[in-house]
Amino acid sequence: MAVSSNVLVQRRSPVALWLAENGALVALVVLVVGLSLLSSDFLSVTNLLNVGVQAAVTAILAFGSTFVIVTGGIDLSVGSVAALSAIVLAWGATPAGWPWPVATVAGLAVGVACGLVNAVLIAYGKLPPFIATLAMLGVARGLALVISQGSPIELPAQVAHLGDTIGRYLPVPVIVMVVMGVVAAVILNRTYAGRAMYAIGGNEEAARLSGIKVDRQKLITYALSGGFAAVAGIVLASRLASAQPQAATGYELDAIAAVVIGGASLSGGKGRALGTFVGALILAVLRNGLNLLSVSAFWQQVVIGVVIALAVLVDTLRRRETS
Amino acid sequence: MTGDILRAEGLRKQFPGVLALDGVDLSLRAGEVHVLLGENGAGKSTLIKILSGAYHPDGGRVLMDGRPVRIRSAGDARALGIATIYQEFNLVPQLTVAENLALGRPPRRFGLVDRARMERDAAGLLARVDVRVDPRTPVGRLGIARMQMVEIAKALALEARILIMDEPTAVLTTGEVEKLFAIVRQLRDEGVSIVFITHHLEEIPQIGDRVTVLRDGRSVAEVPASTPHDELVRLMVGRPIDQQYPRKRARPGEPLLKVRGLTRRGVFADVSFEVRAGEVVGVAGLVGAGRTEVARAVFGADHYDAGEVTVNGRRVPPGDVHAAMEAGLGLVPEDRKGQGLVLGAAVAENLGLVTLRDATRAGFVDRKGQRSAAAKVAGRLGIRMAGLDQEVRTLSGGNQQKVVIGKWLVAGARVLILDEPTRGVDVGARVEIYQLVNELTAAGDAVLMISSDLPEVLGMSDRILVMARGRLVGELPAAGATQDDVMAMAVAEVEGGRVQ
Ligand SMILES: Nc1ncnc2c1ncn2[C@@H]1O[C@H](COP(=O)(O)OP(=O)(O)OP(=O)(O)O)[C@@H](O)[C@H]1O
Ligand SMILES: [Mg+2]
Repeated sequence: MAVSSNVLVQRRSPVALWLAENGALVALVVLVVGLSLLSSDFLSVTNLLNVGVQAAVTAILAFGSTFVIVTGGIDLSVGSVAALSAIVLAWGATPAGWPWPVATVAGLAVGVACGLVNAVLIAYGKLPPFIATLAMLGVARGLALVISQGSPIELPAQVAHLGDTIGRYLPVPVIVMVVMGVVAAVILNRTYAGRAMYAIGGNEEAARLSGIKVDRQKLITYALSGGFAAVAGIVLASRLASAQPQAATGYELDAIAAVVIGGASLSGGKGRALGTFVGALILAVLRNGLNLLSVSAFWQQVVIGVVIALAVLVDTLRRRETS
Repeated sequence: MTGDILRAEGLRKQFPGVLALDGVDLSLRAGEVHVLLGENGAGKSTLIKILSGAYHPDGGRVLMDGRPVRIRSAGDARALGIATIYQEFNLVPQLTVAENLALGRPPRRFGLVDRARMERDAAGLLARVDVRVDPRTPVGRLGIARMQMVEIAKALALEARILIMDEPTAVLTTGEVEKLFAIVRQLRDEGVSIVFITHHLEEIPQIGDRVTVLRDGRSVAEVPASTPHDELVRLMVGRPIDQQYPRKRARPGEPLLKVRGLTRRGVFADVSFEVRAGEVVGVAGLVGAGRTEVARAVFGADHYDAGEVTVNGRRVPPGDVHAAMEAGLGLVPEDRKGQGLVLGAAVAENLGLVTLRDATRAGFVDRKGQRSAAAKVAGRLGIRMAGLDQEVRTLSGGNQQKVVIGKWLVAGARVLILDEPTRGVDVGARVEIYQLVNELTAAGDAVLMISSDLPEVLGMSDRILVMARGRLVGELPAAGATQDDVMAMAVAEVEGGRVQ
């Protein structure tokens, strides 16, 4: 009765706050509910697992991109680097005849190396990240084509198991996705490298004057992005049991979209692994749903473009309201 | 009451977790300078942002010439004749001074921007505020004091009836404050009404006519500007403050910081000095004397061409912030927004930035420990916030400054360089910062304090270095020195014009 108006205005309902903070999650739930009403096939176990597998590659790439975007950078090369890493693995194992573990390490190392080259160009060469990674997008794709001579190479059987399903319900790509997501979340939240990423993205000069070695942290950031891209490339190849030089073309844009839908800011300093995960799921659910509803591939592109714009728009409006 | 050009009645403004204004009244007469006084976070900036259309009040009303008005945007405010100089600058660093001055309404000729006229207009405005700067210089290259003067020139260009100034003197030196006051008096005599925010109590009788005191989002008093300091402090803080500069001087020990022949071509030359354990060395000088530049070079934030820096006997390599920190140096930079803070991050994150490395074990950060350390400093400095998770961007200006200082206080530097440490900080919190400086020096650490606030330099340093035109032109013990002594040194060299 005698509640002071003071208290009333000071407290916004916690539910409303939570909803505002987790807009992407809400959108995902709405999408899932909507699709399960529209299509009876959507909620079947097989279909959901399918969605998970489809989300896996995008999500792993996007976790790597989250690091970069949090520092205020961008990595356009992840799709190409993914393809190159898988090609190097397959080429090492089959034509070159290395033992498969060696080939796998080589594949991962190539991804990390591409990231390091990006970082050197950005941190020491002072190239804008957009340009440096755009160059790498071309170089890595080109190298993948050169090494493979333009044709797919078979993956060693041991590595191809990454594309399997354990029992009936546990696709390995989904497991890899979850593991990489947890790794990304731990790096971002708990490690020095992660905290430094937020500081650099928020205000690079303040970070430098606080004793953070900005250039070195950028090396770590882009190397991680390259490493995550390599894992994504290998998972993608394992599903087909062969590495394709043209694989993952354009995936960098999906990765960026997932990160941004997940609430990160392209100007840096903001972003969460969980958000990125939800962003990747939204893209996968949407694609899957549109397929189930037999929407033409042409229209799908339109719908996805609109969804990305909407997601970011809602986010911006929300932020403006709270500030 | 008649004669009021503007009245605000019962203004309320709610932010998430903070009731910034809770019933504020303000009456502004034609041709008066009305001072707004209040602690950091009392709501001064919020009040003027409502008057300038940047925020919408949740309650209350604004009247102009007795009629209620709605100020929904900066455009509305401009149409009503209200011009505002915000506490945080609104300049585009990449654009030139002339472009900034004409922002949004550049002079045109045949539909194209008339650059020649734009630069002529700019030169005229700059002459009015008496700053010598080429209108074609990008604003980002000006120091913070000259940026403030450009802001003032920009507001003058609007020919407003009401001019609102949020802490314009915070970044200015004594000489520039005089210039600003001359402009303000002239405007007032022309009938312009001025709302003036400051934390420098001594400015109030010099420039003000009446004072409205805000406390915790309420207007608690309206008094004449001649009200004694103690009374103003009591109204503002709710209790008296006995000693404004509580410096406890101790006998200095070993030299901790040695700077020899530091030179950066065209900026500063042959700067040598020492700071001893337990000592506070003040650095005074006019804006542009090169004080900040020397501080940044010593800390490794910028490169230099010659000279050397040693801390505690260890040579510090040039241009390496990390090495400087390892050696025991710390720097609280003057530009909190650009260099001191990650505005989009939480208070806790910002307070923990400098100690991030130390709080890391095997790559993992002890975030709980970081947080409790942050909570302690925040409490000590009385940072007014909704919580440790509040974004620093939404803190009041003075509370942001407390965060910049706080993050270095937790770091445990042996030699702390403070560049304008109390800029925008209210009287109570200032004393708290001085106490912390005392604690540092009592523990055998040293402080190098650059400040344009002469009473502060005199009151808190043990020794004062005076810089002019990139050189050290004198040194004097703080005990017994007067403002005039310091200014005489700082100005003599400039007027002589011998150096460089
Ligand atoms: N956009 C915002 N979001 C949340 N809180 C805000 C916002 N702007 C201001 N506040 C809060 O409102 C209160 C009043 O802030 P305001 O900037 O008006 O203080 P001030 O009197 O100008 O202080 P200072 O002397 O430090 O400049 C502060 O507690 C501040 O944290
Ligand atoms: Mg303020």
